[in-house]
Amino acid sequence: MPPTFPPDSIGLVTPQTAHFDEPLALDCGRSLADYEMVYETYGTPNADRSNAVLICHALSGDHHVAGYHDEDDPGKPGWWDNCIGPGKPIDTRDFFVVCCNNLGGCKGSTGPTAINPDNRKPYGPDFPIVTVKDWVRSQARLADQLGIAQWAAVIGGSLGGMQAMQWAITFPERIRHSLVIAAAPRLSAQNIAFNEVARQAILSDPDFHHGHYYEFGVVPRRGLMLARMLGHITYLSDEGMRAKFGRELREGKMNFNFNFDTEFQVESYLRHQGHAFVDRFDANTYLLITKTLDYFDPAADFDEDLSAAFHRTQAHFLVIAFTSDWRFAPARSREIVRALVRAGREVSYAEIPSEYGHDAFLMPIPLYHEVLRGYLTRVAREVSADAA
Amino acid sequence: MRPELELISEWIRPGARVLDLGCGDGALLAYLREHRQVSGYGLEIDSANMLQCIQAGVNVIHADLEAGLADFGDSSFDYVIMTQTLQAVRQTEALLDEMLRVGRQGVVTFPNFGFWRCRAQIALQGLMPVVKTLPYQWYDTPNIHLFTLRDFEQLCRRKRIDILQRTVLDHAHRPRLGPRLWPNLLGEIALYRLGRA
Repeated sequence: MPPTFPPDSIGLVTPQTAHFDEPLALDCGRSLADYEMVYETYGTPNADRSNAVLICHALSGDHHVAGYHDEDDPGKPGWWDNCIGPGKPIDTRDFFVVCCNNLGGCKGSTGPTAINPDNRKPYGPDFPIVTVKDWVRSQARLADQLGIAQWAAVIGGSLGGMQAMQWAITFPERIRHSLVIAAAPRLSAQNIAFNEVARQAILSDPDFHHGHYYEFGVVPRRGLMLARMLGHITYLSDEGMRAKFGRELREGKMNFNFNFDTEFQVESYLRHQGHAFVDRFDANTYLLITKTLDYFDPAADFDEDLSAAFHRTQAHFLVIAFTSDWRFAPARSREIVRALVRAGREVSYAEIPSEYGHDAFLMPIPLYHEVLRGYLTRVAREVSADAA
Repeated sequence: MRPELELISEWIRPGARVLDLGCGDGALLAYLREHRQVSGYGLEIDSANMLQCIQAGVNVIHADLEAGLADFGDSSFDYVIMTQTLQAVRQTEALLDEMLRVGRQGVVTFPNFGFWRCRAQIALQGLMPVVKTLPYQWYDTPNIHLFTLRDFEQLCRRKRIDILQRTVLDHAHRPRLGPRLWPNLLGEIALYRLGRA
């Protein structure tokens, strides 16, 4: 019997791999001689591929954004399946959607777990630090391979939003619309501080072995788990946690035990998130991408003037923030909007009421999805008018 | 609404940069974009209105204009427009100042509380007026500052705001003879173009 995917699901999808032989010079001064990028596409490209949309993933995301990988075991769909598919806000009947696993990732694109051609061992900590700009350049090469001269839109949440912003700055003529969701123009000291605690958790795990844990057949489970648990606290809001867990006890009563078993529901939730993450993510990638986040600062190339960074951009922007997001609070999105207004760019800004904290950008919040749908419907109309 | 859009549009220089405070569903900006090729943004606090602007392709910034216009630089717009909004904001005076800081000129429209029907309802019935341009009951009105043309012009004088142009309309937004002769008595909607030397 064929599998029954929901009617608005993109259905079964298959990742593809692109090979690149031309060396990619990186911001850190090193370069990748050759590399691979894993990506997925949904929908159908039009004749001139002007209906292509790039989705950029955040820290722990990957190329599997929508649909299912296994028809016998549908399991969980891609990480933004609620937003991408036929009839969904990012409508695959209108757009040719592309998403890749970024360089330095651990889901198939070249990263710390890949084999270093110099010594035939996994790169581990020897993998070069990649920046958001490096990612954007590598994504542009993927666009070249796919025959996409200009994206109808580049869309991303959190770190993905930073890539959408960087695209508009680095390749002004190759992006029509930049959708920057729950992002920030750069990390605050508090953001970097959280990243640093997460990194220390991994670095201080005895199984870390200076990043060469692959050779020892172990992974720094405890460190990566702690890093993820800490991260998760920053993705939720106080009110959201209260609504979801309250002070609910797993056994209905306090045991006054000194053994620190999980008593409160929130403890068990965090431990579950931490455990699940260790099985699907690489610690070196986590370390690397937290540094990518820390280094992101488009204003730095323009005398600390963010609006100067936007002067060359041609894209229209949609900036979205969520009220209870304290990791990248609405005030951070308004900094982006202010700089765009001062640069005289086309921009709209929506502040979505939500108690989901930073995680809200992945949630099917009706107003949020209507804003995306409303905006992208016009993008689709614009694209088809141009193609006609 | 349409005649009001047309009248405002006549005051706007083609190609101007415009900020519309309390832009609602974006109708004015869409109209000005089409007929005057303006660029700019609307500020709107209401989510449903914000969504309509996005759907209409009008640049909208979802924000509370009562929080001030600190995000906008001095004289960064040719016109800052406030249609039917001034009577509904708390910081009336501060907003007028902000308007003329951010914009080289301001355009304001509001319902005239000096309209004879308003006066008559208070004088004869002793009730807060309910008229076409002020259709709310006193307990559920968004209009927290009610004022007349003379009130507004007095404030402008005191604040050294120049009135560059004025049009007074009836409730159907038509510039009739009556409102032109006795604006504060027969006018229902006032349009002002403001500046500050």
